[in-house]
Amino acid sequence: MTKPVAPEEFDYGPLYAAQKKVYPQKVSGRYRNVKWGLMAVCLGIYYLLPFVRWNRGPGAPDQAVLVDLPNSRFYFFFIELWPQEVYFFTGLLILAALTLFLMNAVGGRVWCGYLCPQTVWTDLFFAVERLIEGDRRERMKKEAEGLTLQRVVELTMKHSIWLLIAWWTGGAWVLYFNDAPTLVRELVTFQAPALAYIWIAILTATTYILAGWMREQVCLYMCPWPRIQAALTDEWALNVTYKTDRGEQRTSLKKANELRARGQPAGDCIDCYQCVNVCPVGIDIRNGLQMDCIQCGLCIDACDGVMSKIGRPTRLIGYDTDINIARRKAGKSEIYRIIRPRTIVYAGLIAVVGAVMLYALLTRSLLDINVLHDRNPVAVRLSDGSIRNAYTVRLLNKRGAGRVVTLDVNGPANATVHVIGMDAASSGRPEIVLGRDQTTELRVLVTAPAAGNSEKSIPLVMRVIDAAHGDMASAIDHFVAP
Amino acid sequence: MSDHQGEFDKATGKTTTGHSWDGIKELNTPLPRWWVMTFYLTIIWSIGYWVVYPSWPLAQGYATGVMGYSSRADVAVDLANLEKIRGGKLAALGATPLADIQKDPALLALARARGRVVFGDNCAPCHGTGAAGAKGFPNLNDDDWLWGGSLEQIVKTIQFGARSGHAETREGAMLAFGRDGILKKPEIETVANYVRSLSGLSTAKGYDASAGQKLFADNCASCHGDAGKGNPDMGAPNLTDNIWLYGSDEATIVETITNGRNGVMPAWIGRLDPATIKALTIYVHSLGGGQ
Repeated sequence: MTKPVAPEEFDYGPLYAAQKKVYPQKVSGRYRNVKWGLMAVCLGIYYLLPFVRWNRGPGAPDQAVLVDLPNSRFYFFFIELWPQEVYFFTGLLILAALTLFLMNAVGGRVWCGYLCPQTVWTDLFFAVERLIEGDRRERMKKEAEGLTLQRVVELTMKHSIWLLIAWWTGGAWVLYFNDAPTLVRELVTFQAPALAYIWIAILTATTYILAGWMREQVCLYMCPWPRIQAALTDEWALNVTYKTDRGEQRTSLKKANELRARGQPAGDCIDCYQCVNVCPVGIDIRNGLQMDCIQCGLCIDACDGVMSKIGRPTRLIGYDTDINIARRKAGKSEIYRIIRPRTIVYAGLIAVVGAVMLYALLTRSLLDINVLHDRNPVAVRLSDGSIRNAYTVRLLNKRGAGRVVTLDVNGPANATVHVIGMDAASSGRPEIVLGRDQTTELRVLVTAPAAGNSEKSIPLVMRVIDAAHGDMASAIDHFVAP
Repeated sequence: MSDHQGEFDKATGKTTTGHSWDGIKELNTPLPRWWVMTFYLTIIWSIGYWVVYPSWPLAQGYATGVMGYSSRADVAVDLANLEKIRGGKLAALGATPLADIQKDPALLALARARGRVVFGDNCAPCHGTGAAGAKGFPNLNDDDWLWGGSLEQIVKTIQFGARSGHAETREGAMLAFGRDGILKKPEIETVANYVRSLSGLSTAKGYDASAGQKLFADNCASCHGDAGKGNPDMGAPNLTDNIWLYGSDEATIVETITNGRNGVMPAWIGRLDPATIKALTIYVHSLGGGQ
């Protein structure tokens, strides 16, 4: 019987691991090309989107994507959202999460490997580093040699370009919150608000530090997704996999050929370490699926290159599942289950949430009314004994143009309605002019004779009606006796 | 104790301070050098501070410092900036006649917003935050006004107050008919019942209506009018309606007639600027009772 080990005696290993510097080697191939392409698309969208124009008519901003904080509006092409409609963002976040889950169920950490900003910017920073300092071997050699004049020049250049990219990243960020062409002009002439410069500085710092210095540490220690992803995945998800059924045992090409000649088993892996050298997070994929792996597929490209050179079939490393490895070992055919309950549920949920959001967006009311009953005093007794209640009414016109609406109050018997600032003669069904894309606050007095309104509280409905455009909105409140 | 010499402590490898209390000795553990240096630096820094900023009290005033800094001046600058920011709008408010402010939705909204704040700061202690008033302090939401509810009448009341001591104040007195011996107690009770009857309230048993009417005509009608409808020029309330500043029960009315009522409202003309008084007027008028 083994004695149980007390927790304090158990060796957890060191709890702190110093960052090991990674020198990813240059690689080319299909997945590298996909990564270049996606990087171009992602960065292109990020940097250029603020400059896309979208005509919304006079008086409205013509920037396609704009977060207008001072006026509390969000513009996205044909969509314009008010702060009250922030639930659309909740829907968007749910959609984003579900899409992430679906990607994960189909192809593992597709997000981490190809689309995550951390990956995209780090990849870009790697490219700059390689361009200036040379490839893996050169970089390692230069680093070992210490500082020379050439090295100082190279390092200065590298960090300057990194900072330039980082600065541009911050610069693009602030453009989403202001009219981009105007702000660019202001930034260049130092007329822009201090807040713009502060935000640029913050994002410059985070981009430079995260993509230039912290790199894979962000994925390992800062990002929750690798942990969540591990809990969400299943055995059918395709992952970047070293196919042990083809690879073991590993030996040199010469020895492998000798073994095969003698009819003995030999793996396709020749222990060339190309997959390790190109890895941006510095791991060995042959150790199997691991949390550090962002599944960028660069090791697939590296291994394919070697395999074609030595005349063995490619995809010794490839998108695969452990199930297929076991089946091939057992001499069975491979099976793939892209369409399975998990992916169907995710896709279904995406469809449902998307449809609900689309419906909400299309049927979104462009006219709204909020009513706030005066609380102090709740009711006023007038000199002739009649009762008056006062309401603060806020009318919301989300249309891109002004309009005239009528206010209709349905409550106590024989009530008269008066809107402060309007002629008493217009009482009854007051007509109100609403400006484009704004709210209008009114003080509305409802007066009713005491006779026939003996109840303490009478329900009251206020309706705002735009007959010309067929819009109507209503709010329920109460008429209270003193 | 300074004559004690520090001795070496074997256990810790340090020397003691030489102090000893009941045989207990203290290890010499001085503050870190950087800490001590920082401390001295702060002292040097403070000397620079005395020179630059206001510091020492003097026989007359205080040392102002070479920069002439004053937090009071900072406040003045901030207030001036605030006025600058508001300036355009408030100036527009000041330049527009009251009646025209009501017709301009933007100005009306501005006046109401400004009025609400100013009302909360200055008027709410008596009239209540929602201007609902209290006993002796009129409710400004209703349509009953002591001094009139038109814009011109409201602005005059706010500017000069009521019985405020200002030269142009609203003036009018409810006499202490009982205390000053003008009317006797039974007469007061009779006229109190008559006043109640004016607004349709019940009267006491055995009350003589014609005596009440005569007493009212002789003593009250000069201010409150023959029919008891009141007179805003004198601040005499309408006695025929449903609104009672002090209360409508017989005891309260008897008390009112016996001791008189002379509520005071201060004059605001020197304390609030004209544009603010205008905003306040619009706000009070818009509460609902404005005429």
